[in-house]
Amino acid sequence: MLELKLLTPPKPTRGQSVFAVCFLGFALILFLLLPYQTTRVESATWHTQPGFWPIISITGMVIFGVFHLWRLPRRKFEKMDLKEATLWVRGFEFVLWFMAYVLLVPLIGYLPSTLIFVLPMIYRQGYRRPFYFYCGSLFVFAVVVFFKVLLEVKIPGAALYEIFPENIRNFLILNF
Amino acid sequence: MENVLLGLEVLARWDVAIAILCGSIGGVIIGAIPGVGPAVAIAILLPATFSMEPIVGLTLLLGIYGSSMYGGAIPAILINTPGTPVNALTTYEGYPMTTRGEARRALSLAYAASFFGGIFSVICLILVAPILAKVAPLFGSREIFLAAVLGLVLVVIAHKENMLAAGMLACFGIFLNSVGLEPVKYTSRYTFDQSWLANGIDLIVVVLGLFAISQAYFLMSGDDIKIRVNKVRGNLFQGFKELSRHPIIAGISGVFGVVMGIIPGVGEFTAQFMSYTTAERMSKRPKAFGHGSSEGLIASETANNAVPGAAMIPLLALGIPGEALTAMMLSVFYVHNVIPGPGLFLYQLDFVTALYLALLILNIVVVIFLMFATNFLVQLVRIPNRYLGVCILALGFVGVYSLRNNPSDCAMAAVFGLLGYVLRRLDLPIIPIILGMVLGGIMEVKFRSSMSRVKEPLDFIDRPIASIIFIVLVIILLIHFLRVIKEWKPRKERKWTYRKASGKFGRLMFNRRRHMLDDRGKVLRDLQLMSPARKKED
Repeated sequence: MLELKLLTPPKPTRGQSVFAVCFLGFALILFLLLPYQTTRVESATWHTQPGFWPIISITGMVIFGVFHLWRLPRRKFEKMDLKEATLWVRGFEFVLWFMAYVLLVPLIGYLPSTLIFVLPMIYRQGYRRPFYFYCGSLFVFAVVVFFKVLLEVKIPGAALYEIFPENIRNFLILNF
Repeated sequence: MENVLLGLEVLARWDVAIAILCGSIGGVIIGAIPGVGPAVAIAILLPATFSMEPIVGLTLLLGIYGSSMYGGAIPAILINTPGTPVNALTTYEGYPMTTRGEARRALSLAYAASFFGGIFSVICLILVAPILAKVAPLFGSREIFLAAVLGLVLVVIAHKENMLAAGMLACFGIFLNSVGLEPVKYTSRYTFDQSWLANGIDLIVVVLGLFAISQAYFLMSGDDIKIRVNKVRGNLFQGFKELSRHPIIAGISGVFGVVMGIIPGVGEFTAQFMSYTTAERMSKRPKAFGHGSSEGLIASETANNAVPGAAMIPLLALGIPGEALTAMMLSVFYVHNVIPGPGLFLYQLDFVTALYLALLILNIVVVIFLMFATNFLVQLVRIPNRYLGVCILALGFVGVYSLRNNPSDCAMAAVFGLLGYVLRRLDLPIIPIILGMVLGGIMEVKFRSSMSRVKEPLDFIDRPIASIIFIVLVIILLIHFLRVIKEWKPRKERKWTYRKASGKFGRLMFNRRRHMLDDRGKVLRDLQLMSPARKKED
């Protein structure tokens, strides 16, 4: 008979203790901040106090966090845990790429900034053949046309579009 | 019958037709690409649907939700990689069939079983809708609060291997919902005097961060896998004929899918597992299970596809989502001021029926599409993972930025993306955070309104439905604690009898390696290289 365990491969142990400790630390900090970050209203009953749900949720975070840490197969930090944590920190690179893209859009426009974001990102990911860049460019055009032209999502025009004559500027603001 | 006609009238519009077509075909394509999944696609498209009418936006999202599992079966059967996580069991039966040279049979059977599951759930729901319309008004604030608590408890318990982590993440979700200005007294909660936190943390931002952006990070930090796929030749209709030979297994699996779909927090995994094990027990050839059994494939695919329709029941009848995808759909209702709950069944039954009919139509559209497009979809699995990650990140931007054109939303989504990335790497569940956020909001509002009419604690459960939900909650918790205690004893015994393996040899090798790599080791190595014997050779 098929066991449910077969469907779910064993959970990785690396980094679990680091995450559990960090989460518990975060929950404890939130718990200590409770009197400073919520207000007690004298006229309100216990269940209408503004801090009622934060107390419930943070207490739950602390209690479950303690039990989660306690029930871990291994609590002691090892080299592989630190290696795993380094990988998480490396993930900040993607955050920086993403935020650079976000900041570029109001300056140079949706289409140019998406091109500037996607094509170097493809290069950064190790794809060097021109085929990938052609596909990337096509993808960017398709995305911009689909979202900005067809679905008319709200993405404002860029500062760069101001240098163009009015007709072209309007066209660019509406479509790119 | 009158309701069905009214529902058809709601659907008879060109924009709804396009939404059904795009949703169903898009869902199959998304499902066929391992690493994307319906959650990512729905998260990205969610803000775009806010400008659409509720029926258009919901049919689009429902189309993606209902059809992605059809597409997910293709890579599961052909390359042993599930397109969506819920197709994991399909690999057990589908791939062995492919290795036997029966790929066409496996695919056609999966399509037929999925179609049966989808249609079965919709028919069940159309039949159940009038009963729900009568029962739903009996749900007041107390009942909805208790149902939300029950949903949250079930979500936590459903993550059997990660129950404690699921609990802490669900509480984290409730906390996230409480950040910002409190809605009655207007005092700030955990805003740290930051104006951008005063409006609270937007659910869509968290959803996009945890599902779309984190998936992008995860794919970009992983490796590409080289895949070789062959073309599928021949007629794909034969599966329907084969399915008709197993009506009992298909029927039971459909029932499991519908029942598990209705219960919040349970979903596709439990439905398919229960139907699979039942099919195995009922089969005349149980030994064939796991080695390419057609009955196993029917059981898993039927149960999978019966869930989406059923999962809409708690959402529409009570306004309580049972999983992340329906939680995302709830925000579409809120944006358009359509409040799902008892009132929806009472006053807008045509809207509810229209949604079910849309689900019915999309199942037909998907099967027709798959009959002709399977070979094209097979090629989609060739898209490299990291390349896909870049595309998802670019799409994730549109989702977040189009909400309010606010860079702080994007920063928050990027940070939640990082949290989701860590959770994915650790194989910890993300869904409890989303459900904690959604159900936390419902619980806060309903608890406050119900407490105004409660004088003694027992008044809370003095109504029949409230008392039934409360008893169910207590029974579930009792059963769970008994099971935990039962599992505790042997685990403790195992721990005491467990003999640790000697680490001596490993430590010796580690010390030797360190010695070889340090400065003194290098000096010794150089000396060895310059030994007389070596010099002579030179």
